[in-house]
Amino acid sequence: MSTATVVRAKSRRSNSNTKTQTRAAWFMIAPAFVLFLLFMAAPIFYTLFISFQRTKVSGLFGGTRETIWVGFQNYVNSFDSEFLASVVRVLGYGCILVPVMLGLALTFALLLDSPRTRSKTFSRVAIFLPFAVPAVISSLLWGFLYLPSVSPFSYILNTFGIQSPNVLGPDVITFAIANIGIWGGTGFNMIVIYTSLKAIPSDIYEAARIDGCSERQIALRIKIPIVMPAIIMTFLFSMIATLQVFAEPMTLKPMTNTISSTWSPLMKIYRDAFQNSDIYSAAATSVIVAVGTLAISYFFLAVVQKRAFGQEER
Amino acid sequence: MHQGLRTTMAAVVTTIALATAGCSGAATTSSNAAPSEDYSATNPANITFWSWVPNIDKVVDLWNADHPEIKVTVQKQDGGDALVTKYLTAIEGGSGAPDVVQAEYQKLPTLVSKNALADLATVGAADLQSQFAAGTWSSVTLGTSSVYAIPQDSGPMAFYYRADVFEKLGIAVPTTWDEYAAAAKKIHEADPTTYLGTFSSVDAGSFAGLSQQAGAQWWSVDNSNQSWGVGIDSEATQKVASFWGDLVEQGVIDNQPQYTTAWFKALNTGKQVGWVSAAWAPGVLSGNAAATQGKWKVATLPQWDASAPASGNWGGSAVAVSSQSKYPGAALKFITWLNTSTDAAQALVDEGGIYPAATAAAAATLTEAPEYFSNQPDFYDVIAKSAETVAPFTFGPNVNVAYQAFSDAFGKAAEAKTTSAFLSALTAMQEKTVTDLKNQGFTVSE
Repeated sequence: MSTATVVRAKSRRSNSNTKTQTRAAWFMIAPAFVLFLLFMAAPIFYTLFISFQRTKVSGLFGGTRETIWVGFQNYVNSFDSEFLASVVRVLGYGCILVPVMLGLALTFALLLDSPRTRSKTFSRVAIFLPFAVPAVISSLLWGFLYLPSVSPFSYILNTFGIQSPNVLGPDVITFAIANIGIWGGTGFNMIVIYTSLKAIPSDIYEAARIDGCSERQIALRIKIPIVMPAIIMTFLFSMIATLQVFAEPMTLKPMTNTISSTWSPLMKIYRDAFQNSDIYSAAATSVIVAVGTLAISYFFLAVVQKRAFGQEER
Repeated sequence: MHQGLRTTMAAVVTTIALATAGCSGAATTSSNAAPSEDYSATNPANITFWSWVPNIDKVVDLWNADHPEIKVTVQKQDGGDALVTKYLTAIEGGSGAPDVVQAEYQKLPTLVSKNALADLATVGAADLQSQFAAGTWSSVTLGTSSVYAIPQDSGPMAFYYRADVFEKLGIAVPTTWDEYAAAAKKIHEADPTTYLGTFSSVDAGSFAGLSQQAGAQWWSVDNSNQSWGVGIDSEATQKVASFWGDLVEQGVIDNQPQYTTAWFKALNTGKQVGWVSAAWAPGVLSGNAAATQGKWKVATLPQWDASAPASGNWGGSAVAVSSQSKYPGAALKFITWLNTSTDAAQALVDEGGIYPAATAAAAATLTEAPEYFSNQPDFYDVIAKSAETVAPFTFGPNVNVAYQAFSDAFGKAAEAKTTSAFLSALTAMQEKTVTDLKNQGFTVSE
């Protein structure tokens, strides 16, 4: 038997091995795949489908209704002043939320990771706890703190003769909503960064200390660069969550005149679909928001990847 | 944060589920059973009834005890909005809708525009017209010769005020809106933290009722060319909008929404000393302003023209027969009993705490003031006076859109605190409503 035949026989065996393996793999991912098709792909395609449609009624009370194709009309209509205003508003909200939340998360994570910090478990749980409170509940809680006549803060300020500011007024409403997001989101992001800090082998720190590095320099020069991928991931998630902010402004809405029903893009979709029973416009706007989110995420990763991960590859 | 993502997904999935439901049924919207009058005590007509009124089943038990030939079964529902969504899904699906359904007045045109209701004029409902105030009746005919529902309860508007505060400041109860404005000013000047009322941008129903009082017709039907008229930005509504805009601009009434924790607290602690509301207000006050019980009194709405008193409705509902019902005649018999007989009205008042729309039934049953107003024995005489003068008003097929536009536009205006902002809010509301009607395919006469 020549070497060549042995090789061929081996490769044939491994070939059939791969085949059974492939089959097993398909079998195992099938449930997930079917669920994905049913509850992700199908709804997405259906949303696309109806975003090109509209119903037309005729007669005084809409005696007959028919569904017609309208091409890109729903998309064109979606780009109205309300939608653009909501996008601008949400961008402003993101400019407050993302840096503050991630800055706090990173600071807390570094503090918890520092050898001199006491009662770490308690602090970690305390910082994480707000994440476990559903957004609707936390918005209600904050709403009570914001409403001047029921807020304990206003009460304290008033006893000292200071006029309490209207936090739900038009000037600061964005901060008020971002504050709820920061309160709820910092803990989660801190845990993500802290976990990746824990994964750094301690001999790196030892080496640094021998070289005369202070704790602050270790944090700035060693820890932050190493956990950069985790920071980028949390940044990306926060950005997506920003574009999809919904529960907080929706819950605060009935308490104030300043939050309109189209405050954020998702609120506009919700209003169109469920209050104005116009699922066609809602579908078109949903597609726009989804595509926009995808584009921004992709662009962000493309820019950042070169900087953050480029060094390792070189 | 992450709930945001989950909510989106939930919203998208629900949208799609609803869309699918709406789509599949769109072609099959027609009544499927031929109306039948063939029933007897041994072979009774079985009628299902969807309602959210508390203890309505006890009222229906009274009917069933006396009427073996028409057996009514109540299926309790969560509330007005949820019921309409569920009901329309059943209608568009072609089956599964109840025979009899409760619906708020402003929902009727939407239901009619989806062919969801039977025309009760064909089974003799027009005879009932004399039992109701003209304004209430027009809400169920939509200005046509058809009858789509029979009114059950109504919310004739009234002015609630803290009698002790008025007395202390020596203010007479306002009979005109000018006097209301003067009173608001006097009360606010006496104590800058106290207001006679608030302009609430979340209560489109209240503003609609006040516009109705002023003679506005937000929607109107032109039968000759099958078109809708929209009169939101009309002279009558402008009068109402600039009146409230002016008070907000002067700062003599508050500009914050009603039904918030802050507002309830203000009612309870005497920082809000008046409320332009409706017949159902005692329920809200007893639940949220218990500390001020015995100090409130009710009066008819202040008037624009004291020589021609008018009023409006805020809230209330009617009972309709579904287009899928096999027994529209039997169903109407039951509804007639439920909404016009003294027995049923008494039971509805006792069990459900409603204000009957039928004028004779209301007069016969509402003899004693509600507990919260035991200091004012003639409480229901005042409400009855308001009910008699409710001005005619027709709701259109897109009340939801108009009300939504109201909240957004007037929220901004209330924050801007200028009369001109109130007037431009009205224009925005008119535009949105007209655009939506046209987008849906209705003909709109300009």
